[in-house]
Amino acid sequence: MTSGGVLRRMGRSEAASGLAMISPTASYAILLLAAPLALIFIYSFLTDGYLEIIRTFTFANYLEAWTNELYRVVMLRSLMVALTVTAVTVLLAFPVAYFVSFHVDPSRKSLWLFLITIPFWTSYLIRVFLWKVILGYNGVVNSGLLGLGIISEPLQWINYNVGAVVVTLAHAYAPFAILPIFVALEKIDRSLLEAGQDLGESRFMTFLRVTLPLAMPGVIAAVLIVFIPTIGDFVTPQLVGGPEGRMVANLIQLQYLKLDNYPLGSAIAVSAMVIVTVVSLFFLYLNRRYLRGPES
Amino acid sequence: MRGGWFKVYALVYLVFLYAPIILLPMFAFNDATVIAFPLSGFSTKWFAALADDPPLHDAVRNSLIIAVTTAILSTTLAVFAARASTRYRFPGKAGLMGLIMLPLVLPEIIVAVSLLSILLMVGIELSILTVILGHVLICTPFCIAILSSAFQSLDRSLEEAAYDLGETSFSTFRLIILPLVMPGIISSLLISFTISLDEFIIAFFLAGTQATLPVYIFSQFRFPQAVPVIMALGTILVCLSVLLLSIAEFFRRRGLARSGTKDTGGFL
Repeated sequence: MTSGGVLRRMGRSEAASGLAMISPTASYAILLLAAPLALIFIYSFLTDGYLEIIRTFTFANYLEAWTNELYRVVMLRSLMVALTVTAVTVLLAFPVAYFVSFHVDPSRKSLWLFLITIPFWTSYLIRVFLWKVILGYNGVVNSGLLGLGIISEPLQWINYNVGAVVVTLAHAYAPFAILPIFVALEKIDRSLLEAGQDLGESRFMTFLRVTLPLAMPGVIAAVLIVFIPTIGDFVTPQLVGGPEGRMVANLIQLQYLKLDNYPLGSAIAVSAMVIVTVVSLFFLYLNRRYLRGPES
Repeated sequence: MRGGWFKVYALVYLVFLYAPIILLPMFAFNDATVIAFPLSGFSTKWFAALADDPPLHDAVRNSLIIAVTTAILSTTLAVFAARASTRYRFPGKAGLMGLIMLPLVLPEIIVAVSLLSILLMVGIELSILTVILGHVLICTPFCIAILSSAFQSLDRSLEEAAYDLGETSFSTFRLIILPLVMPGIISSLLISFTISLDEFIIAFFLAGTQATLPVYIFSQFRFPQAVPVIMALGTILVCLSVLLLSIAEFFRRRGLARSGTKDTGGFL
């Protein structure tokens, strides 16, 4: 029987079948993702009144979010923290991904990946809290160093600041960075590396000119996978950041749940989304430039 | 020597990954209220304290209801989407799939506040149900990622053979396709269950008065005397998630073995 007969028996065209098949999931996403996002976009242009939102169009929320020193400092800090965490995480992760892909016996690769991913799946809240316990004023580091007589009073600079936020986030998102880099490295045809060395390149130059460019899509994926959730992270700055370590998610939470100012909260949320999108697109653009081709 | 310095580095890196988690059982079994070195003695009283904590039990029950419902709903929705995207071509496919997968690249706080806004506008009261709505949204993309690879490795000719032998499209799905993608479905259920159980920010915004386990844990962080109990709870949670993940990994590997594809490594 021809495939036309199969289709006739199914009674519908391929396009109709596909649309019917995806419709439950798509309707869910439209109702509970597209519509809510559209709503906060609209809210961000409305005015906050007492107990209700006044339906007059205004740019005042964005003006406030972008010019008020308080909000601007927090947004810039979020961006800097997320970029630092991303750089640290990806740089530390690359050699591990390289090791697992190039030096581990194929039969044991799954085991290594499993060991690397386990900490990521254990309670995020508990992991962040552990860093608070480790770095706190009476924490593990301070009590340990005091007990050993290395310091005479607790170190203050290790807790409740931006540095503690960076360390905690870099630890929390470490496994995220390894997997995409590993997948990209796995795809590299090993004969290309032999060819590079046969043609007289040193191992280091082969790495720079063959391995690294081919691994770049994985590196960019790792950058995005770490950058996007870290810039919107709420728990870490709340627990280990102290007043100087607050980030944009804490600001949004404050506007929504404490001050009940939905329009300003929405304007900050939309601004954060714009920043995330612009930075992400910039990285994707870098990737294309680096590869010097249409492949992304 | 294979790897040499790389191997040393990778092992140090693993130690860094696991270091904080090692502290959990150390302080959970430590006989002191203060979390500090040196350890003072062995005790199981913090675990005993867990048994006598009604708000914690409510939170666990809420979390389990939410996680089980989320796992079933998001896997079901993901089966539709994964099947549609791997089997059919249709107009608007890229856009619709992009929207469905969007939560993967959206900070969760944005999902939380936008859902909160629309629920309050429509006038739906915050409860377990609203948390489920949010969790299904963020779990579905993970489930689709797992299930797409399961559906992709299906041989189309098996399905056509079933049609030729007179099966309807529904019975073909039930008799041929479903058994073949079953390992993918099980690992999708387990992963979405784990994500939902651990999710904090959406539950924090949408739970109302019905706290989930992470929301309860977060509320306990304010009280220094509750810290050892949280350590005991954390120890149990870590053991449970390692167990769940080992089961998920087992089914994932069995699925790969069944469809004969090469193992490309972990789930993410």
